[in-house]
Amino acid sequence: MAAPWASLRLVAPMWNGRIRGIHRLGGAVAPEGNQKKKRTILQFLTNYFYDVEALRDYLLQREMYKVHEKNRFRDKEWIRPDKYGHFSQEFWNFCEVPVEAVDASDCDINYEGLDNLLRLKELQSLSLQRCSHVDDWCLSRLYPLADSLQELSLAGCPRVSERGLACLHHLQNLRRLDISDLPAVSNPGLTQILVEEMLPNCKVVGVDWAEGLKSGPEEQPQDTASPVPA
Amino acid sequence: MIRRVLPHGMGRGRLTRRPGTRRGGFSLDWDGKVSEIKKKIKSILPGRSCDLLQDTSHLPPEHSDVVIVGGGVLGLSVAYWLKKLESRRGAIRVLVVERDHTYSQASTGLSVGGICQQFSLPENIQLSLFSASFLRNINEYLAVVDAPPLDLQFNPSGYLLLASEKDAAAMESNVKVQRQEGAKVSLMSPDQLRNKFPWINTEGVALASYGMEDEGWFDPWCLLQGLRRKVQSLGVLFCQGEVTRFLSSSQRMLTTDDKAVVLKRIHEVHVKMDRSLEYQPVECAIVINAAGAWSSQIAALAGIGEGPPGTLQGTKLPVEPRKRYVYVWHCPQGPGLETPLVADTSGAYFRREGLGSNYLGGRSPTEQEEPDPANLEVDHDFFQDKVQSAWAGYYDYNTFDQNGVVGPHPLVVNMYFATGFSGHGLQQAPGVGRAVAEMVLKGRFQTINLSPFLFTRFYLGEKIQENNII
Repeated sequence: MAAPWASLRLVAPMWNGRIRGIHRLGGAVAPEGNQKKKRTILQFLTNYFYDVEALRDYLLQREMYKVHEKNRFRDKEWIRPDKYGHFSQEFWNFCEVPVEAVDASDCDINYEGLDNLLRLKELQSLSLQRCSHVDDWCLSRLYPLADSLQELSLAGCPRVSERGLACLHHLQNLRRLDISDLPAVSNPGLTQILVEEMLPNCKVVGVDWAEGLKSGPEEQPQDTASPVPA
Repeated sequence: MIRRVLPHGMGRGRLTRRPGTRRGGFSLDWDGKVSEIKKKIKSILPGRSCDLLQDTSHLPPEHSDVVIVGGGVLGLSVAYWLKKLESRRGAIRVLVVERDHTYSQASTGLSVGGICQQFSLPENIQLSLFSASFLRNINEYLAVVDAPPLDLQFNPSGYLLLASEKDAAAMESNVKVQRQEGAKVSLMSPDQLRNKFPWINTEGVALASYGMEDEGWFDPWCLLQGLRRKVQSLGVLFCQGEVTRFLSSSQRMLTTDDKAVVLKRIHEVHVKMDRSLEYQPVECAIVINAAGAWSSQIAALAGIGEGPPGTLQGTKLPVEPRKRYVYVWHCPQGPGLETPLVADTSGAYFRREGLGSNYLGGRSPTEQEEPDPANLEVDHDFFQDKVQSAWAGYYDYNTFDQNGVVGPHPLVVNMYFATGFSGHGLQQAPGVGRAVAEMVLKGRFQTINLSPFLFTRFYLGEKIQENNII
């Protein structure tokens, strides 16, 4: 039964067959039956037997868990804290190794805390997603990383506005900037355009520039059949 | 058993609410009750006007420890730091007297709102650095219970000052001083300028200095309202009125060289109400002159400058109002989001305003072109192109050396100055407020030493020239 398992891993959130509401995995949305794939015996059974379906869901969960567990960032491993939030002692062996990527998502890092990050002269990727204390002042401190930083993510930071994004123009080596979901930005579509102009070599993701546009006045169909008001 | 011991209504009195009484005592609707009482008395004694319960809520109190003349950002900053640094809660009674509560002519509200550390004097740089950290942590300094946090709309885009050949050496030495004090400023050559900001015309520019951190512009009105709110919550009293008179007493004393000198002490401040002849004498211990463009009038009321010229008694406060214009224009293909506040070799400056390709800026006029400061009318010919809108504001211009005056007067011993900042009062207000509060409460400057800014330099002729005035 190797083939069905293989197809399971690759097409994990997508399967054909009928749409099953509550048994869907983690909110993943399947394409609306557009893809024609061969129905295997397992899929056939799944459609007819609930316990086969439950078994399949369980195995899918296990596979996805394994994928998340793989610590790969451009062929180098992430160093993650364990479930208690502690880093292992082996971390100290890496004193001389330059740090290339820092994931500070959901951290309480603030203006003074950035001191520690700014000393990393070879930092290539920085993720500050959903950091609640990162604001415009913090962004104005990021210029020392201009030579090396290639990827920056600010998604979901509640205090970052377009004024802070203006000081990212120092980061000329930036290739990918994520500015999705910034509630303090007043006009996300226009801000995206201005940031793209400011950083011509960078791919700015996160905002659809057509978001803020309103459709023009619709042409009202002339209703010739309506009676003329007396 | 306890119920028997307590007087009758006490045991249950707290829980029952008798009709007609409410918690909170008589302060609720006191004005309404007073007018009712007056009507009753009038009906009992017809033909006699009852003046016993006059409404004096608009008048300042009769006694106050410190009277601050001027309720702009500097006056409120001094009030805030006096309340923060007082040794015991409620130790100092502070009264802020502001002539115009709409702040229609005050320099604070009309300011462009910039903050930068690119000065030549170390004291100015330190003041600006402290102000930047104050603004950064403003919601910790000015937090008021149950009030929303302040959003200063700070743009950290920095200042870019351009220098021609002859000013390049001065700019380099200034940047050295700035870096020593801890400001993050970088020098750029014309090539680097063109690289970074391709829209700049670098003709005639030999050097540029660019502030990387802690520089930019913000909303001064928000700072003013935040300070006002916080200061009111700390117990400072506000009064809308004009200071018309100081009553002081003098004492003739001998200096160590056996020269006679007359020391004055202000005892009362007469505050006149708006559009009326009514005034209230406020007995006070200390007067702080934070009246901005009108500080010299207040100083003259205290008798500063009445004496033969060339003596300490005859040295006037050299602060006068100078009108400056700010113009707003629209330029669709203009510089992008990263534009700093650019100040040219000629003194003209501009910055972006908002996301919509609007820019605002102005230029300090030369001495010959100085506009008449009698009113805040805008001269549209001063700007050669079409503008969307414009406004004018006053600089409290120090004609001596364009730097502020801070600290006590040598002869009028209880008048302290916090004025004369010639266009950078807003960005130095938190630091200056703290310095004046330290001087008042402790007798000396503790955190930032502003002794070069004392009044005595006008008499001694020691100019502390600031070269980077925009």
